[in-house]
Amino acid sequence: MIRVVLARLGQMAFVMAGISILVFLIFFATPGTDPAARIAGRNAAPEVLAAVRHDFGFDQPLAVQYVLLMKRLFVTGDLTSFVNRGQKVVPSILQAVPVTMSLVVGAALVWVVASVAVGTLACVWRGTVVDKALMILGLIGISMPVFWVGEVANLITQSRYHDTWLFSWVPGLGYVPLTQDPVGWFKALVIPWVALAILFVGLYGRVLRASLVEAYGEDFIRTARAKGLGEGRILFRHALRTSMVTFVSMFGLDFGLLVGGGALLTEVVFGLQGVGYLTYNALQNLDLPVIMATVMYASFFVVASNAAVDLIYAALDPRVRLARA
Amino acid sequence: MTLASPGAASQDAASQVAGSERPDTPGAGREPGARATSRGPWVTALRKLLQDRAAVASLAALVLIVLCTLAAPLYATRVSETDPFTSNLSGSVVVDGETVDVIQADTGGLGLGTTPIGPTWTGHYFMGADGQGRDVMARLLYGGQNSLVIAGGATVITLVAAAVVGIVAGFFGGIVDAVLSRLLDVLWAFPVYLLAISLSIVTIGRGLVLGPVTISSSSLLLPIVIIGIIYVPYVARPIRGQVLQLKRSEFVLAATGLGVPRHRILVTDILPNVATTLIVFAPLMMALNMITESALSFLSIGVQSPAASWGTIIEDGQGLLYTRPWVAIAPGIAIVLTVLALNVLGDGVRDALDPKAKLRVRKGR
Amino acid sequence: MPDPVAEPLLRVENLCVSFRSERGMLRAVENLSFALQPGEILSVVGESGSGKSLTSLAVMGLIDDPNAVLTGSIRYKGRELMGLSRRALREVRGAEIAMIFQDPMSAMTPVYTIGWQIAEQVRAHSGLTKRQARARAVELLGEMGMPNPELQVDRFPHQLSGGMRQRAMIAMALSCNPSLLIADEPTTALDVTVQAQILRLLEQLRRHHGSSIVFITHDMGVVAEIADRVMVMYAGKVVERGPKPDVFARPAHPYTVGLLDSIPPMAGEKPHRLPAIPGAPPSIASRPTGCPFGPRCAHHHDACRIDPPLFALGRQDVSCHLVPEGAAA
Repeated sequence: MIRVVLARLGQMAFVMAGISILVFLIFFATPGTDPAARIAGRNAAPEVLAAVRHDFGFDQPLAVQYVLLMKRLFVTGDLTSFVNRGQKVVPSILQAVPVTMSLVVGAALVWVVASVAVGTLACVWRGTVVDKALMILGLIGISMPVFWVGEVANLITQSRYHDTWLFSWVPGLGYVPLTQDPVGWFKALVIPWVALAILFVGLYGRVLRASLVEAYGEDFIRTARAKGLGEGRILFRHALRTSMVTFVSMFGLDFGLLVGGGALLTEVVFGLQGVGYLTYNALQNLDLPVIMATVMYASFFVVASNAAVDLIYAALDPRVRLARA
Repeated sequence: MTLASPGAASQDAASQVAGSERPDTPGAGREPGARATSRGPWVTALRKLLQDRAAVASLAALVLIVLCTLAAPLYATRVSETDPFTSNLSGSVVVDGETVDVIQADTGGLGLGTTPIGPTWTGHYFMGADGQGRDVMARLLYGGQNSLVIAGGATVITLVAAAVVGIVAGFFGGIVDAVLSRLLDVLWAFPVYLLAISLSIVTIGRGLVLGPVTISSSSLLLPIVIIGIIYVPYVARPIRGQVLQLKRSEFVLAATGLGVPRHRILVTDILPNVATTLIVFAPLMMALNMITESALSFLSIGVQSPAASWGTIIEDGQGLLYTRPWVAIAPGIAIVLTVLALNVLGDGVRDALDPKAKLRVRKGR
Repeated sequence: MPDPVAEPLLRVENLCVSFRSERGMLRAVENLSFALQPGEILSVVGESGSGKSLTSLAVMGLIDDPNAVLTGSIRYKGRELMGLSRRALREVRGAEIAMIFQDPMSAMTPVYTIGWQIAEQVRAHSGLTKRQARARAVELLGEMGMPNPELQVDRFPHQLSGGMRQRAMIAMALSCNPSLLIADEPTTALDVTVQAQILRLLEQLRRHHGSSIVFITHDMGVVAEIADRVMVMYAGKVVERGPKPDVFARPAHPYTVGLLDSIPPMAGEKPHRLPAIPGAPPSIASRPTGCPFGPRCAHHHDACRIDPPLFALGRQDVSCHLVPEGAAA
């Protein structure tokens, strides 16, 4: 098992290095563009431009530039924005992390519970109207852009039906820190959680139904029946437990992707000042250092969580564990 | 976002397709004379697809949507009679015999803001105007063209690039495979939206200059290429796996043993199977690309103003959400309908080309 | 006819299993009847698709296809199983009637240890604690001749060899001391040497526990080793049944003859080529009218246009017109 862990960590380091080089090349070596001008921001003064050139070592070879950038991102953490003068990029990312985490963790909770319910019910009632309705709803959920869902949700809860008993409790857009006001935190995030979760409920519900139905065609379900077990036990301990292997590995990847920037659109629509919102703002201002830093940090997070998922997967499915050891 | 869906679904689909299709191989001793009927599986698949009512309905809906967007110039000149790409801040329009300004001053509050005209549900400004007084309906049709072109173009790029990378890596193996696979690993681990953002932000200001080729920043090629690139690993990885599996399959081993040259194996055994996989992927990837395009345009790094796409119209409508919600809602509905139709069609295509999956579905019923 | 006084352990009468389909009702098992005495080993022989596995699943109440229609009677210890409630059926399954399957790899849930799976069944039918159930699992594995049962109990199915897996499967099936064990091709997936070990194990079980066994197989060699009585099935019907020595010494149905001829002789001159039954068994959707074996039968004649009933021949019952015609093969 230790060898498995080490091998996976080595692979993770490799991918991280690859991504950092890729990001560096995109930002610093895309043909036909002047990286210094981009970093300095729109209409930068000549002296700012000169400072940028010196700071990032643009007069030196690419390899040196790469090392300099990595140092400023991960060692000294003193990368600064030129658009918002003097804004230290790394601390502002760290500040935004709790917001993104609050959003993603809550949404993940919603989508895991809801999609297990959807998938299980659809499987139990497979072939019936309930099953079909759930699967069509799931497909619609998959087909909706999340930012549009967010806007429709805002329209309903913030404007059109805000004055009815149903949505009068919904606070204005924005984030409330958990430590300050847990109830306010919850109220502010419930709608974003649901909006973000809809897609995943559809996706996971459909996948889970498919793998449950597949599991029900397996011999071991027949064995479980032959053992005289109850249907509930067969469903939860045998069919669902084996289906969970795919479910969990999918979950890990999506969770990582969301924390690493996938929740960007939701954050923008609901005005939550998370990492994604930071990236969005930087996009609007063409604030390159911020984008570089968020992209780099977020991808690293995704890579790390992918590695974690693989290890959990190995723990969850004894066959994988054995195959890799 | 939908990132997980192609990954999870694709590997599933690919492995099943790989297992189900076994083309005849000279000398493999399988079904003598099968070569003459090698079009058989495709015809069967098509027939199966045409029996799938949901898939046919989706196809019809898609054709209708395409026709509508193609009629955009007709609509703009004959019905709405406005130019959907220039602002019309001081214009006016006759509704029910009354002349109404397209952009009206706010009556409430301090009276400082302005509100565009809402849906008239008649020819001019059918769905109202956006913040710049442009006809939303006309923009919706034009935007649809762009959204469809980008999604379709990106799908073609993804599938072609993925097929090339996947086949080369899988078929030639060795160092080529090692390099390509590591590259795919890196790209795959890269969150797609962040990759798209990175690529967009550096090209958006001045476009992309690649030697003699210059792609201007307002060109649709830019989002097409970017979206096309970011999803390559999602298709290339399963295709590589499929090619590897085929290479190790008994009928290819038999053919190799009988001295059939490698390029013939590639053409007769590998390509038809990969083609099946690509067809299964096409509608699903296009659905994903529609969503991605709208997201990038919503973030203002996709289609550039004054051109429109469904994503940019939603962004235009964001500021008007509480006063003129139709601006943002209508393109969203268009996206949902199109993507839904693509997804249903994609399911149908997969079922038709992949008998194993069909069996599985039947078992559930 | 079986003695009406002594109620057999299992009596199946006129069992029919059919499936609703687009092409009408497909009959997979037709008017099947047999009885099983306590301590008896009955071998059900037939090719795949002959309905032998469906019969065993029907006895267990395990046919859950919504399109399946079952009629007839299945009496276990005098109690009618057909139409029993799910709950009542569950108490019979696993505790009274247990089943083992062909492929123990796919028949065991891959994510649990074999000990867990055995304990689960034990606990489903008794009030034992987890610890006691586990101890029972170790004990059972030991009885099944598994070396180091304390160690093996915590292993996953995929970590065991095929033979060990099947032992675990049998241990699980026997964990509640069932009176009837249905074994559906339990040795088909195993090596010949392991096959022999498993057969010996099943023999011992019968001797020590007095369990009856329904042994489903397509292998006449296995039948020769283990069975007391034989029931040969073809296209969903019984074509011949009777005590093993009789059937082997005097097979009366041409199909049985064909099956027996296809076993390579143990002694004597090697035949140049093993005789084979020409043709293939009919698919469920295209069964011929009249005698189902007719199209493949060398003795096919006019009478075969009518589906033959079972005719008594000594201690055997044979579904062939040759029997009343006095020309049995």
